[in-house]
Amino acid sequence: MAAHGQAQPLAAPDVLPEAAAVHWRPRVDEARLRRAGSLWTLATLAHVVPFTLAAIGLMALQPLALPVALACIAHAWVIPELYAQRGANVLRPRRRGAEESERRSVGLLGDLVGHEARELHARTGLVLEPGRLGTWLVGEAGAVLVPARGRRAHCYCVKVDGRMAEASELPSGDRIAHLLLALRSDEQGFATVANLTFSGACWRLRRRLRREMRPALADAVAASR
Amino acid sequence: MSKLIRMDHTGHSTLAEWSADDPVAVEAAVDAFRAELDRGYLAMVSSGPGRAEQVRELPVDADLVILRLPISGG
Repeated sequence: MAAHGQAQPLAAPDVLPEAAAVHWRPRVDEARLRRAGSLWTLATLAHVVPFTLAAIGLMALQPLALPVALACIAHAWVIPELYAQRGANVLRPRRRGAEESERRSVGLLGDLVGHEARELHARTGLVLEPGRLGTWLVGEAGAVLVPARGRRAHCYCVKVDGRMAEASELPSGDRIAHLLLALRSDEQGFATVANLTFSGACWRLRRRLRREMRPALADAVAASR
Repeated sequence: MSKLIRMDHTGHSTLAEWSADDPVAVEAAVDAFRAELDRGYLAMVSSGPGRAEQVRELPVDADLVILRLPISGG
């Protein structure tokens, strides 16, 4: 019987089974990541440039239009910030469960990662995981990928599938461990299944992160360089 | 001693423990393993530092088999 032998991988061991649920999405690779990043930059420019030009034009035509020009500048500043906030939200911690289950889940997570990652998780609530696409920061309901050179961050919203009743009751360490195991089994599939909520400069994301999480992003940036 | 654990609301639950040379314990572990897969859980084993592998049959030689729920984009 196969069950009594060596580990039996699936027929396609490198493919995350959850990717079948998003079969229409092309599998994420480095080229697609770069393209996604470029599109996000273009979208940001499409918001910032027109508002900035409008503000300059208004001031050139009629200095009394200063309040409207300032409103344009505010739009040019706020819209990218809102996108960055959306990205930072993927790392926001969820409501804590019972203390004992939290402790047990963090213990299991600690068994899956090394000493440095354990220590970083204790300080920031995030797990740093090196991958082929870059360095990942894994949280309870999402992950941030910092590709090589450490300039850009791709923020992914991904979580334990809520269609199973048990999903809503998982303690924090288990939520991260679910994502970590999926990421380790198929990094590209993980990025394909996840929803990209923001892609932009690390400094922009950093400002929107909780203060205690910022060192984790700094570590990810350093690891990517 | 190998372990089959399931991540759940308690942090994790140990569903089975076995030694490869104990056929009764192995059979009980296989039954528990299949029951959880039927419920929709996915089984993972570590396959080196930073690597994990999904398995459909209980790897009797693995030290630790972890059952996780599927993930999806949020």
